[in-house]
Amino acid sequence: MRKMLLAALSRILQGPAAAGRTASRVMVASRNYGDFASEATFEIKKCDLHRLEAGPGTTAVMTREEGLQYYKTMQTIRRMELKSDQLYKQKIIRGFCHLYDGQEACCVGIEAAIKPTDHVITAYRAHGFTYTRGVPVREILAELTGRKGGCAKGKGGSMHMYTKNFYGGNGIVGAQVPLGAGIALACKYFGKNEICLALYGDGAANQGQIFETYNMAALWKLPCIFVCENNRYGMGTSVERAAASTDYYKRGYFIPGLRVDGMDILCVREAVKFAAEYCRSGNGPLVMELQTYRYHGHSMSDPGISYRTREEIQEVRSKSDPITLLKDRMVNNNLASVEELKEIDVAVRKEIEEAAQFATTDPEPPLEELGYHIYFNEPPFEVRGPNQWIKYKSVS
Amino acid sequence: MASAAAALRHLALGARLAPHGRNAGAPLQRLQQRRGLRLSAPAAIQVTVRDALNQALDEELERDERVFLLGEEVAQYDGAYKISRGLWKKYGDKRVIDTPISEMGFAGIAVGAAMAGLRPVCEFMTFNFSMQAIDQVINSAAKTCYMSAGSIAVPIVFRGPNGASAGVAAQHSQCFAAWYGHCPGLKVVSPWSSEDAKGLLKAAIRDDNPVVMLESELLYGVPFEMSEQAQSKEFVVPIGKAKIEKQGTHVTLVAHSRPVGHCLEAAAVLSKEGVECEVINLRTIRPMDIETVEASVVKTNHLVTVEGGWPQFGVGAEICARIMEGPAFNYLDAPAVRVTGADVPMPYAKILEDNSIPQVKDIVFAVKKALNI
Repeated sequence: MRKMLLAALSRILQGPAAAGRTASRVMVASRNYGDFASEATFEIKKCDLHRLEAGPGTTAVMTREEGLQYYKTMQTIRRMELKSDQLYKQKIIRGFCHLYDGQEACCVGIEAAIKPTDHVITAYRAHGFTYTRGVPVREILAELTGRKGGCAKGKGGSMHMYTKNFYGGNGIVGAQVPLGAGIALACKYFGKNEICLALYGDGAANQGQIFETYNMAALWKLPCIFVCENNRYGMGTSVERAAASTDYYKRGYFIPGLRVDGMDILCVREAVKFAAEYCRSGNGPLVMELQTYRYHGHSMSDPGISYRTREEIQEVRSKSDPITLLKDRMVNNNLASVEELKEIDVAVRKEIEEAAQFATTDPEPPLEELGYHIYFNEPPFEVRGPNQWIKYKSVS
Repeated sequence: MASAAAALRHLALGARLAPHGRNAGAPLQRLQQRRGLRLSAPAAIQVTVRDALNQALDEELERDERVFLLGEEVAQYDGAYKISRGLWKKYGDKRVIDTPISEMGFAGIAVGAAMAGLRPVCEFMTFNFSMQAIDQVINSAAKTCYMSAGSIAVPIVFRGPNGASAGVAAQHSQCFAAWYGHCPGLKVVSPWSSEDAKGLLKAAIRDDNPVVMLESELLYGVPFEMSEQAQSKEFVVPIGKAKIEKQGTHVTLVAHSRPVGHCLEAAAVLSKEGVECEVINLRTIRPMDIETVEASVVKTNHLVTVEGGWPQFGVGAEICARIMEGPAFNYLDAPAVRVTGADVPMPYAKILEDNSIPQVKDIVFAVKKALNI
């Protein structure tokens, strides 16, 4: 009731310039966009440290703009993944589809702490990062539906999406980690003070090539942050059943590490800021474990309840959902109103619907282009089809 | 004293390496080199495959600062087979990097570096060890340009010795031409002569795509004549083009790497018996220059393929299939014949090893079978 009165008063008292104002005065009688706090300070969980004297702080400052932007981004990813679920069940998306809902705070928190000129590489649960690194939702969905408007022109699909300074989207578990260290090597080589974040999951953490990479990254002091997104399950195998040590942040042994609450976007942001600073200063690599959770199963062909209980999933949703956590923080600290956030929800849904509309109506890539892009910067040549008479042209 | 003289000679030559090897230059050539002058027409010199590869690496490292070399023992040891001799001293830690024994790791690192704009040359001590890293070569390097619809290039070279050596037994003797040649997205080259080695390595490094270069350990120490043109810093052998090493009329012999030499020896033997072989050096496995082979078969009407690798699903099998599919089939007077490594893991004992790879007598026999003589 009170909220309705305040909303009504707010509409009356709002002037045309109200939307842009960020003044921090508080009026009791009405709620105006100008009445929100411009920023607030939050307590965040202390990170567990490995071979580090000090870690990220236990408070984080978030401005209203930042909060709104984080909220919108996370909500966009959430709704995009749910839309993908829907499209997959309608058989409009085929093959593999590994959804990221629940883990939004990881990719959004990372992007908030790094620069567009920094580099990111991850595994196959990549839609969230593809978005935060700059690919529009419509191009992501169109890639999932295999259309020519997809970010990889329909050639890659769910696991192979790329953009500037984002190297996918990699299907082979663990292979992206050496690649990430190689990107970091290039960062060091070119001397432009850039870093690379190489992400992998709790399942991939047991891959031998990751330990080979830890060794070389430490030896050569590569500016690489190894980020383990620990969502507790590698496909259907819980961490306890897969790893002799589940302290993934310590697995780098001689590489310092930190364990971070991956459901709290501010915690992620502050930790990545800390790690980025560390790497940019020439100290070499860091290992960061983000404790997070995926609501969906491993992929769309996994209902996700044979190896964990519905109760567990429900408990995470109700107590640790990253979007809800952010929303509560913002509302309780006068950084935004519930209505405002609802308006964002509506706008996001609309954007997703339009993107899905595009993704379901855009044509498939032309058959003539089947052989394109086999090589880079190569004069056109002929590619053999299923028999010797079927030939495709290959253009770079 | 000797080293001072060598240094002076080096200066007189400019940056060219003084040749060494069994037939280290005729007296006239040495005279020309000492004077640093041209008395007569430019002369060819004898250069070993090892030195040719070294020159190629040196020239490309100098030409483009994004090029760097990594692998086991490539820096301070001067290379397990001395291919990178002197390069670490000249270019330092940033450009020539010793790696730990971690093929999967360092191959992946090299691919990532290429994706981010560098131009790595990744050495496998032998291609047998590349099996540890083959996922990075195929899934990360070869396929990425296609999967990303051309937005991510991987300008990397994977190089090292391939195939049979001498007495190194089964785990160290496998030929990977067929395995790598199978995959779209890769280019695969297999040099024979010094000219091939230098020109193809330079072309590979300048190519914006992943190139697998299959060298031969047994060829490293072999000197070949290198023309004046081949000695130039801009000399590049185009990838995807075969070379006719010897013209002939009665039969087409197609080979890659060391067996090209065996084919030429067999051709010499057969010539005495009145059979003139046309010997084609494939130079590139993928993309394969089948047109050169076809044109030759149209002329000679007989085909014998020769390779060091195993017969099943090998390079020769591919050549035969393509010839059958193409216009040259109608010009064959007899089925094509393949000469390959024996279908066994490579044994150790010399008599067994010798008989597990194609010898000159096997090629001669095959030619006679093809010609029904």
